[in-house]
Amino acid sequence: MARINLEHIRHAYGARPKSESDYALREVHHEWNDGGAYALLGPSGCGKTTLLNIISGLINPSEGRILFDGTDVTHLTTQQRNIAQVFQFPVIYDTMTVYDNLAFPLRNRHVPETEVDRRVKEILEMTGLGSWAKKTARGLTADQKQKISLGRGLVRSDVSAILFDEPLTVIDPEMKWVLRSQIKRLHKQFGFTMVYVTHDQTEALTFADKVVVMYDGQIVQIGTPAELFERPRHTFVGYFIGSPGMNVLPAEIAGNTAAVGDQRIALNFQPQIKPGARTELGIRPEFISLGREGMPVAVTKVEDIGRHKVVRARFADRPISIIVDEDGEIPAEPHVTFDPKAINIYADSWRVGGEA
Amino acid sequence: MEKTWNNKAWFMVLPVLVLVAFSAVIPLMTVVNYSVQDTFGNNEFFWAGTDWFLDVLESDRFWDALTRNLIFSAIILAIEIPLGIVIALNMPKRGIGVPICLVLMALPLLIPWNVVGTIWQVFGRVDIGLLGRTLASLGINYNYVQNPLDAWVTLIVMDVWHWTSLVVLLCYAGLVSIPDAYYQAAKIDGASRWSVFRYIQLPKMKRVLLIAFLLRFMDSFMIYTEPFVVTGGGPGNSTTFLSIDLVKTAIGQFDLGPAAALSIIYFLIILLLSWIFYTVMTTSDAQG
Repeated sequence: MARINLEHIRHAYGARPKSESDYALREVHHEWNDGGAYALLGPSGCGKTTLLNIISGLINPSEGRILFDGTDVTHLTTQQRNIAQVFQFPVIYDTMTVYDNLAFPLRNRHVPETEVDRRVKEILEMTGLGSWAKKTARGLTADQKQKISLGRGLVRSDVSAILFDEPLTVIDPEMKWVLRSQIKRLHKQFGFTMVYVTHDQTEALTFADKVVVMYDGQIVQIGTPAELFERPRHTFVGYFIGSPGMNVLPAEIAGNTAAVGDQRIALNFQPQIKPGARTELGIRPEFISLGREGMPVAVTKVEDIGRHKVVRARFADRPISIIVDEDGEIPAEPHVTFDPKAINIYADSWRVGGEA
Repeated sequence: MEKTWNNKAWFMVLPVLVLVAFSAVIPLMTVVNYSVQDTFGNNEFFWAGTDWFLDVLESDRFWDALTRNLIFSAIILAIEIPLGIVIALNMPKRGIGVPICLVLMALPLLIPWNVVGTIWQVFGRVDIGLLGRTLASLGINYNYVQNPLDAWVTLIVMDVWHWTSLVVLLCYAGLVSIPDAYYQAAKIDGASRWSVFRYIQLPKMKRVLLIAFLLRFMDSFMIYTEPFVVTGGGPGNSTTFLSIDLVKTAIGQFDLGPAAALSIIYFLIILLLSWIFYTVMTTSDAQG
């Protein structure tokens, strides 16, 4: 278990990066607390896996340093760093039995056989693979194989950190919940530092204390699920977290009013904006109320998704989404009001502080 | 759903069947025909039964040649398979080195057998050959024309030079099909270089190794052209393999009956040994 510091990490896969766009990882400077459970969330190709592989030592970063508990490990091998990592697709040793597969990481480290047996039995029970222990791993289904991969990651008790690279992609939905809660339980029990890469926001929000959102090779926001929801630092976080994502509307800012098309919206703070910046107003569908008063909208579509309805509408000639209660009615001449507390203003995609 | 049988398909394969009949079945039947009869020319044949087979099986000449064949194949397999694996493991996985290595590896395979034989025949000569002269000038008494051991060494080195590439290429094909994630996982699991080989690379190469093993066994057991060109079966009979013995019997002495019987025995031995190897290797595969 360890505190992990990433100091100005940059990484390019090509030999001589010329421009900023050659970097898969543009600049990451961040501390992962000892015993924290982090989710690394972002779209495919944003650099999540690269960052994970840099932490585990499978990739050496082009620039920057990595510290475990204050010691520089940038040039240490994966083995020396003592990291466990679970990959997206199952990796099993198919000539070995399920038991031997799970024992492999321990035996390689010369753990006494009685301890190996105890740990392996524990993992077999956790993953429900007990009855398969003596069989070769070859004949298993994809999700059983992935459970073995996961088990090999969890079997060591002395690791600095456990990294998960979208480990549940190939597992069926029901089992996903079970395994995720077991990982969470292990985290509580042993206090491993865990980093969990995913592109599934539900998975990220349920797993982690802190969610790290990555976009285009950099970390755009680190926060609790509530912070990400209420105060997205970047319009990408707004889009990506929440379903449907945040409405982002181009807006002219003058003092403490924002103008979206012909509509003027009063703000409860005065954003400080550099001249020439592209300004936008962000509001989540949950904080727009639909009624007979306020600004006019044209409803285009209503999607009933169970507990609430998603209303797709056009506001000042821009598409917006509004969340309405299941039994909420949609008036004939619909109008909307925005909750002033929930309005965020963005300049060049980054949030501009006011009161927050 | 009921399967539709379309007998017209047989017409499609008919040309191939006819070709195979002419190229394989008919010659084979001719050999069978010769092996059970005696002839003095003039197209007169006399029934000989199993006499020729017994003759062959009772002759020292046959057993000596068979022993030479078995030893030769054993040495070839013992060298080429491990060497091929080692080279394949050390070949580059990406970059400009890959095509260069592949072309270099494929070169010996493209050279016709008799040319390979000629190359080595000249290469090893003590009077004009580069290898022979060099060894002689180093004070090593090497002469494949007079010394049976030197003849064997020459043939083995030649075969290793000619055919190890095949094993390398097959193994390499097996190795490049292993996803990077396996190597990464092995690093995470703290696996040693040997464990990576034993538990990741070897299992993935198993199928191609089986093919390589069978091909190299059959080819080395049937070797003819190269020793014929290099040593002509000598010195003495020291490099007279079954194939060379067969040709000597059939064409040199014109003993068609014994030669035909020997051909069939030879064919059955290869078939039997290949079947045994295949069965043993695939059974161990199934048990994991």
